Amino acid sequence: MNRRTPRSSYLRTLVATAAAVTALCAAAQTSEPVKVGLLSTLSGPGAGLGVDIRDGFQLAIKLSGGKLGGRAAEVVIADDQASPDVGRQTADRLIKRDKVDFLTGIVFSNVMLAVGPPTFQSKTFYISANAGPSQYAGEQCNPYFFSASWQNDNLHEAVGKTVMDKGFKNVALIAPNYPAGKDALTGFKRYYKGAVASETYTQLNQLDYGAEISQLRATKPDAVYIFLPGGMGINFIKQFVGSGLSKDMTLFGPGFSADEDVIKAVGEPMLGMFNSSQWAHDLDNAANKTFVAAFEKEYGRTPTLYAAQGYDAARLIDAAVRDSKGKLEDKAAVRKALEAAKFESVRGAFKFNTNHFPIQDYYLRVVTKNAQGKVTNRTLGTVFKNQPDAYVGSCKMPS
Amino acid sequence: MNPILILEQLLNGLQFGLMLFLLAAGLTLVFGIMDMINLAHGSLYMVGAYLIASIAQATGSFWLGLGFGIVGTAVFGMLLEMTVLRRLYQRDHVSQVLGTFAILLMCNEGVRMIWGSQPLALNPPVTLAGPVELMSGFYYPAYRLFIIGVGLLVAGLLYVLIAHTRVGMQVRAGAANREMAMAMGTNVQRLFTAVFGVGAALCAVAGGMLGPLLAVQVGMGESILILAFVVIVIGGIGSIRGALLGALLVGIVDTAGRTLIPPSLGYLVGAEAASNAGPAVASILIYVLMAAVLFFKPRGLFPTHG
Repeated sequence: MNRRTPRSSYLRTLVATAAAVTALCAAAQTSEPVKVGLLSTLSGPGAGLGVDIRDGFQLAIKLSGGKLGGRAAEVVIADDQASPDVGRQTADRLIKRDKVDFLTGIVFSNVMLAVGPPTFQSKTFYISANAGPSQYAGEQCNPYFFSASWQNDNLHEAVGKTVMDKGFKNVALIAPNYPAGKDALTGFKRYYKGAVASETYTQLNQLDYGAEISQLRATKPDAVYIFLPGGMGINFIKQFVGSGLSKDMTLFGPGFSADEDVIKAVGEPMLGMFNSSQWAHDLDNAANKTFVAAFEKEYGRTPTLYAAQGYDAARLIDAAVRDSKGKLEDKAAVRKALEAAKFESVRGAFKFNTNHFPIQDYYLRVVTKNAQGKVTNRTLGTVFKNQPDAYVGSCKMPS
Repeated sequence: MNPILILEQLLNGLQFGLMLFLLAAGLTLVFGIMDMINLAHGSLYMVGAYLIASIAQATGSFWLGLGFGIVGTAVFGMLLEMTVLRRLYQRDHVSQVLGTFAILLMCNEGVRMIWGSQPLALNPPVTLAGPVELMSGFYYPAYRLFIIGVGLLVAGLLYVLIAHTRVGMQVRAGAANREMAMAMGTNVQRLFTAVFGVGAALCAVAGGMLGPLLAVQVGMGESILILAFVVIVIGGIGSIRGALLGALLVGIVDTAGRTLIPPSLGYLVGAEAASNAGPAVASILIYVLMAAVLFFKPRGLFPTHG
């Protein structure tokens, strides 16, 4: 009898200790921060886009008290230099070394297509705050890819329809030679049925458009459609205006070629340029008003659609962490929470299609002077209501 | 083919060629006189563009930015020569390549630290922002014309300096036979520093001119440096005249290639494939030109070394 007492008490201590250790581990697990890898283009001509995505994302986290879904958030920021090679290596590092729970931020679709496979293989959720390549909307759709922005074709479809509706008959098209450039012109031509004066693919990040502009002068289209984001658009529009062609032909672009970053650099010559977007800083909803005011206060500039996408990506992750009760190892639960997308998007109504791309409205905007005399975008109306993308039919999403 | 298109391409080619000449002139003098391979030459172009852009932003005047930026870059170049590069003259080419490559990397990182990795915006002066009607129906950007004017002016000044002044004579003597020039009493050290300063100033002019047309960003010097090397190899190392001719050849061949090849390929293989192959074929053209020149004239078009 006497011999058994110490032994049972020893056992009891052991069990208690084990229980305590387990409890401690569990506590540590829930208090561990949600890790997000924000891999974006932060150098070169596309840097403005990445910086806006980053700032929008960080703002959302700041506004929710440094948390995502109630858990502390840790954002690891990295630069992909707009290069698929660098992007892939850096994504590998974020996934394997930093063990991020979510990855986001890529600007360019060619980088996205390089980063996708290793990310999906490691079962890391990718929340796109910009790139929406047609490949991932159609046949290569993936349970781990969610687009909080659009499918690449969408904004261009909206301008294609506008150009058609306005009665232009002969349009020249210019886009960079990379996956999103091809998606862009495909999307434009899906709704524009008139003659195509010329279809030019320039080098990605080309800066001198002298050759393209002289060709425009020779072919004499009545409108020009440019998909040239960031520094490319800034240079093209400046050189286009400098060459005097702006008097002879009307310039159209998606929101990427005419958002605040481009307007800030080019200024008045852009007045009157029509462009499309899934978001605008003057959209009238509560979430957007909070976002625009907070962004202007924090960074002292008007947000772009990229910033809005970064902000929404963070809000989406926030909703997913919250609705999966913080159990990020339970991939099925996280996926379900992401698919439900229970967050107030700054663009208004937002829901995911079966291919994890949004069904949303697209607006027509025009560059004008506002009441304070500042050159900026004004929303004119809705081009598409609840528009899906063109590739959803060929996506067989694995359950 | 439309004559206006051809004329516009010629002007674009001339404009690009003259800017290449500004870079190549400094490079060829340094290479020819000091027998030194300077990979950091492109960094001077970048530093010049950054100085001009930030001074122009701070003062609100493009012209002030241009003036102070050029002086600043010349000073930077001379300091670089007096502190580091001077020690590399006696070394072999491998050490020079390694040393100046290190400077190039340090300049890139230094610029990144000071100005950040986002490109700076440099706008052309308002008076030059619009088009000019050259002949009826043909508008050409005033700024590109201005660049051509500046390029021609600088080329003329350099010609006078090299061909008709005492310093120019020493430079030519140094390029033709350095030992003999030294033996004849040329103060080589001061001459080298001055040449380097002039080279740096020319880089800054090119950076300031091209800044509004392209973008002021980290690494902008590398791609153009390669072309500058092609130019001086074609023109003959050490020869300003060769640099001018080589630069114009490269500028026009490059521009013509970029406009003429993709459309003509487009008829054959479609727009998308042509846009892949076109620029590649166009950039090969320059090297084909270089190979052809070297085949017939191994020392370049205007060899200086005896």
